Amino acid sequence: MKLKPQKYADYATIAFPAGMLTVFFVIPFGIMIAVSFFQRVQGAFYEPAFVFENYARFLTGFFGGILGFSIGLAALVAVVSVVLAFPFTYILTRMSRQAQVVWLVFLLSVLSLSEVLIGFGWSTLLSRTAGITNLLVSLGIMDKPMSLSPSFGAVMTGMVYQTFPYTVLVLYPALSRLDPSLVEAARTLGSGPVRSFANVVVPALRNSIVSTLIMVFVFALGCYLLPQLLGKPSHWTLSVLITDQAIYQSNMPFAAAMAVFLVLVSLSLVAISLLYGKKEHAA
Amino acid sequence: MINKFVLRLFLGSLVLFLSAPLVVVAGVSFNEKKSLSFPPQGFSLDWYAQIFTDDGWRQALFNSVGVAIGASCLSVIVAFPLAWFLWRFHAPWARIVQVLGLAPFILPPVITALGFLSFWTTAGAYGQPWTVVISHGIFFVTLPLVTLTLGFDAVDDSLVEAAATMGADDKTILRTVILPLILPYIISGMAFAFVLSLNEYIVAYMAVGFTVETLPIKIFNSLRYGYTPTMASVTVLFVAVAVIVFGLIARFGDLPRLLGAWRHDEDG
Amino acid sequence: MSGLVFDSIEKKFGDFTAVHETSLTIPNGKFVCLLGPSGCGKTTLLRMIAGLEDPTHGRILLEGNDVTRIPTHQRDFGMVFQNLALFPHLTVGENIAYPLRIRGGSKADCFKAVKRLLELVQLPDMADRPVAKLSGGQRQRVAIARALALEPKLFLLDEPLSALDAKLRESMQIELKQLQQKLGITTIVVTHDQREAMTMADLVVVMSQGKVHQVAPPVEIYRKPKDAFVADFIGMTNLITGRVNGADQIAVAGGVLLADDVPASGDVTISVRPENIRLAKDDGANAPGILTGTVSYIRDLGASIEFYLDVSGQQITAITTPSDRPDVTAGDRVSVSFPREACVVLGDA
Repeated sequence: MKLKPQKYADYATIAFPAGMLTVFFVIPFGIMIAVSFFQRVQGAFYEPAFVFENYARFLTGFFGGILGFSIGLAALVAVVSVVLAFPFTYILTRMSRQAQVVWLVFLLSVLSLSEVLIGFGWSTLLSRTAGITNLLVSLGIMDKPMSLSPSFGAVMTGMVYQTFPYTVLVLYPALSRLDPSLVEAARTLGSGPVRSFANVVVPALRNSIVSTLIMVFVFALGCYLLPQLLGKPSHWTLSVLITDQAIYQSNMPFAAAMAVFLVLVSLSLVAISLLYGKKEHAA
Repeated sequence: MINKFVLRLFLGSLVLFLSAPLVVVAGVSFNEKKSLSFPPQGFSLDWYAQIFTDDGWRQALFNSVGVAIGASCLSVIVAFPLAWFLWRFHAPWARIVQVLGLAPFILPPVITALGFLSFWTTAGAYGQPWTVVISHGIFFVTLPLVTLTLGFDAVDDSLVEAAATMGADDKTILRTVILPLILPYIISGMAFAFVLSLNEYIVAYMAVGFTVETLPIKIFNSLRYGYTPTMASVTVLFVAVAVIVFGLIARFGDLPRLLGAWRHDEDG
Repeated sequence: MSGLVFDSIEKKFGDFTAVHETSLTIPNGKFVCLLGPSGCGKTTLLRMIAGLEDPTHGRILLEGNDVTRIPTHQRDFGMVFQNLALFPHLTVGENIAYPLRIRGGSKADCFKAVKRLLELVQLPDMADRPVAKLSGGQRQRVAIARALALEPKLFLLDEPLSALDAKLRESMQIELKQLQQKLGITTIVVTHDQREAMTMADLVVVMSQGKVHQVAPPVEIYRKPKDAFVADFIGMTNLITGRVNGADQIAVAGGVLLADDVPASGDVTISVRPENIRLAKDDGANAPGILTGTVSYIRDLGASIEFYLDVSGQQITAITTPSDRPDVTAGDRVSVSFPREACVVLGDA
């Protein structure tokens, strides 16, 4: 009974959401893109203009370094996350329904924590006065408490912590739909559980893994606080810089330019990842 | 068996990893003195009481809850007609609107936040409290959109056709057949949006950070300007709310299905 | 004013023709079955009556009024779907009362109507039962009661009994027929089960691949099939091809057969039902209407006996009762006699 809309009234129902999304999403985006071409004015905000100055700053060594670091960090986080999450999600989808639900509630709760709370949690955990080292000291394993942050390891840990539940949820649909008879067949042919996982499950979901890597990469690129909170200034990423420029340096045009750049990168990666996902579905 | 041991070790380490910061934060929240120390010295529930007795924190709590309620309602109000239209009509061009509905959530939040910052500044409404309700409402549209799309998909076409054969027009079908069947999905979509809005920092900050303090904003400010264990107790509160809400959804709904699993008896 | 009329109805889905141009009249008060294999277009035809599909060409008339453009919810009929489509969120009583409630019926009126309908389908006192707690047969009856709640002009059913087990199906067929006779309502049932159609229908519409082959009462369909498809689809038959050899004669492999309504010339196919063939020990007789063959195999089913014969290279099946059984075994030669009135000349499919 799926017809084409017949009367004008039929279009009314979609007009409202379309309108809302256009006004409050498309337009803000458009404005942001416009602002990226504006001229920054010292002491005030910015004035409408059309300059490429903001984009030109991309070509500086300083920016290049930050970009390189952001990409490297996000890639590393994505890989670690997927390596941990893939076997875990596989195990999760083989559990009983009740066990799955418990885990899912747990993961969703962790996922709902914003970067601020995760940052707070980890900076506390890694601190000198209220962290894991204090626990180890009180247990007699360590002599003195010490601060484990700021450090690259701290940033990595915090980011993996944030991306892990997300990675699990992205992998969940594909893994829960995996035909169990594939692995069962391998087992009857003498393959142990680890071997059949490596030889059957991983190749079968190759495309899912790739597209998940990409999605997590995009997600990690968006971390705006953890590198700042848990790391040194040399660990700042693009998103941190955007936030910093927008709020503290009052340099909206430059922040906007970087944001536009980030959007383009994210969108193209998401598109690639969707193509990978479709390929697998077709296969 | 070695394998079972390895499995237990793997899962156990994950539980440890995921809950470690939460445990520490919880520990800190019980600390007697106004300092962050772990393991906690002394035991006190003061910092939980502070959420309600301290003016700053209490106001932030009200702000957060108010914004979350407003935003989650708005996101459902926007998502519902869109999901209904996509289900009811054959209109390929409507996919564009659907992508628009999914987009805010797929992009890095920093970007959406910046977009809203520029928007509200240009509109001259920067800093008004209602701007964050709209910002969050649009930002989280994706969540009810996804649950509602699932819900509509689950509605048996023959129920709709049967209702039509009994004399029900579109409006009546919506009211008497679809809404009752879709209600769980509306509620879970709203609940997702509510919990996430409660927790959300950057969009809120860029929209109204200087005028309205929500709880996450207040925590961030405390991180920069003055530690207090109340931050910890608020965090514990957040986790508790999330667990309760998601637990309720799991209890009354089909959580695995909402997240993409097929039921075991309906193999595709 | 003659009931339901299809006037040059055609239905295409893109390039695929689901229903080829058809004109059909369904008289008032009759029980009609749309019968055919899957994909023959019978369900599409039913859905067009309901307004759930629009015909690509043609008109549908009810009592002389053109209803083609009228939307589903404004047509006056009740429908039972294949999966019954009972509202899971309502009780039995609420389901049945649904059509009345949405028209603003009062609680009291609905209550009375539900009571009456439940008695009609022999499910008294079930009004408050949730739908999930019903058996297959009970759900079936609730669906029927709901469809009849508004006392519609047409009663449409799409494979209503296919989900029931065999025994229940048989008893429901009879109940459905009795219900229809009691109410006198024009009823159209879609089915792929020919026994069902033969049991219930006043009129059978035999369809395949979007075309209507024959519209006739069950016995006529059986005794005088119009073409090879109908002959083969309903019951068992023997299809024999031959060439016209005179006014009433057809030359076939091994001899000559007699029939009525033989065309002037050309090739024809005739249909002969197995139970009409007479067998006897071969006595060398050679006359029109009689062929000789060899018994390949005998299947004794108790109430009837099936003989599989080789007649000049063609396999012929004959059925006899135990008392008419000829004294032959596999390998014997038999004379196979085809009575003139049993040979039906078929048209093109």
